[in-house]
Amino acid sequence: MIKKTKTMNLNFGPQHPAAHGVLRLILELDGEVVEKIDPHIGLLHRGTEKLIEHKTYTQAIPYFDRLDYVSPMNQEHAFALAVEKLLAIEVPIRGQYIRVLFCEIGRILSHLLNITTQALDVGALTPSLWGFEERETLMTFYERVSGSRLHANYFRPGGVHKDLPRGLTDDIFSFCNNFPKILDDLETLLTDNRIFKQRNVDIGIVTQQEALDFSFSGVMLRGSGVSWDLRKSQPYECYKDFNFKIPIGKNGDCYDRYLCRMEEMRVSVKIIKECIKKMPPGPVKSIDGKIIPPKKDDIKKSMEALIHHFKLFSEGYRVPKGEIYTAVEAPKGEFGVYLIADGSNKPYKCKIRAPGFSHLQAMDYLLKGHMLADVPAVLGSLDIVFGEVDR
Amino acid sequence: MTVTVHNLEKIVNSALTTSVKKSEINLNQLFIEVDIENLISVILFLKTNEKCKFKQLIDITAVDYPQNEKRFKLIYLFLSLENNLRIIVNINIDEKIVVPSLTKIFSSSNWMEREVFDMYGISFKDHPDLRRILTDYGFKGFPLRKDFPLTGHNEVRYSEDKKKVVYESVKLDQEYRDFNFESPWEGTKYIKKETEKIKSSDDKKN
Repeated sequence: MIKKTKTMNLNFGPQHPAAHGVLRLILELDGEVVEKIDPHIGLLHRGTEKLIEHKTYTQAIPYFDRLDYVSPMNQEHAFALAVEKLLAIEVPIRGQYIRVLFCEIGRILSHLLNITTQALDVGALTPSLWGFEERETLMTFYERVSGSRLHANYFRPGGVHKDLPRGLTDDIFSFCNNFPKILDDLETLLTDNRIFKQRNVDIGIVTQQEALDFSFSGVMLRGSGVSWDLRKSQPYECYKDFNFKIPIGKNGDCYDRYLCRMEEMRVSVKIIKECIKKMPPGPVKSIDGKIIPPKKDDIKKSMEALIHHFKLFSEGYRVPKGEIYTAVEAPKGEFGVYLIADGSNKPYKCKIRAPGFSHLQAMDYLLKGHMLADVPAVLGSLDIVFGEVDR
Repeated sequence: MTVTVHNLEKIVNSALTTSVKKSEINLNQLFIEVDIENLISVILFLKTNEKCKFKQLIDITAVDYPQNEKRFKLIYLFLSLENNLRIIVNINIDEKIVVPSLTKIFSSSNWMEREVFDMYGISFKDHPDLRRILTDYGFKGFPLRKDFPLTGHNEVRYSEDKKKVVYESVKLDQEYRDFNFESPWEGTKYIKKETEKIKSSDDKKN
């Protein structure tokens, strides 16, 4: 007698703690084995690209904080770079160093969240409690420099909004001295943990070829052994002044990606330290008064500064005609902005290339033949944040 | 051998003489424009050629120019990891044209094409699964077209009477106001010179 088997359809999400946001998966299961996955995204779609077309360049920056909301400044960076290139303005060296400093803080923020929640997904609760304490400290650095913990709006075309407050670099430096110890503690919980390894080793393997084919970037690519990091290969800002190594994986599974992220945090700590040591004095933003708002002090004293201030926050500045693609190595991968300016004060088009979008689409390929319980493990290691996937 | 953008332009132009309509280097990026008939062959060349090796499709997007006869410009961004180069391939199409899909060449183009379809209504031939991706189930219209209003057409709320989520057409207490502060004054060019002056005097001090 032939037994007839039927696949079962299972709806996962949109509200599920392991979905890392609002993701709906339609799973086709044969017993406990996944046969097909159809991710339904867009539940957090806010029309960012459309909104940016209707806002001036200055008003567009806060939208970037709200994409990948665990590392806001890295996103702003891509947009700021695009506008700077079109305007052909240069950022003073101190401004560049501050940017690098906060990009690396953003990287630690993002990786801490990812590693700890991935551990949570596979059953370890403690890492998230330890990791989030550090994230809170890092977010106070964000707050001290920009006034808000998450939606910083700190990187502006031409530089950064304000210089660092007094004493901040010392505090960041002492954080960097203590942080590797915390990472060691986290590693004792996870790296050799039998359960963690059983859930992650050889799960969700990506070969180099497939990683390229699926447009993977960042850790997803490096986990498979491709040595590619935009900070090294297409250095933007002052990254070429820094001496750092790129950790790469070997097997391309969830466990290697975890190790890569762990190591990247240590590298980031090194970059931050080096950055603080080398931090030169000087202005933090370009002095082009037609693009950069004047100091509050000057507004009270100088008529021209007052006019500039008024014009910049009503009309905004105009960006010469042109098209540009700029990409930065965001914690999750290559985050790019394709900006088309038509010579007016608003972007004609601003396409946002989110790394998570390409990563998530490989779900079906990554999980075919895996068990249902592996779905959250792989999802966790893809490092998905719905702010940027859905835009 | 390291291939620069300028070398690449030469390579592409000499190998694809008839297919490339226009090539230009702008802000150190290479843009090439091709005809829709040649799209697949050009992309296959870029992917496989020894000197190009554009093995990663970074993104696909479109731009809407409603005043043009060929309304949409499709943009393909490629990255070559071996040569550390990027290339941007453009095609101009009008509204009714169906574009050949790249899904056979790059797996990642699946969702990217779905997004372009969702946002602009451009169809792709031989796409395995051309559904909407980012917008709501049952959404009508193409949001990133320039003639689509920023406020959209529908809004959603929970109705206490019907005990379910209901769709209604957008009602605004105040019309959406698109402030246009742009002044006709073109601005000056002397600022650049001034900053350069300051810079050079700073250098002298140091």
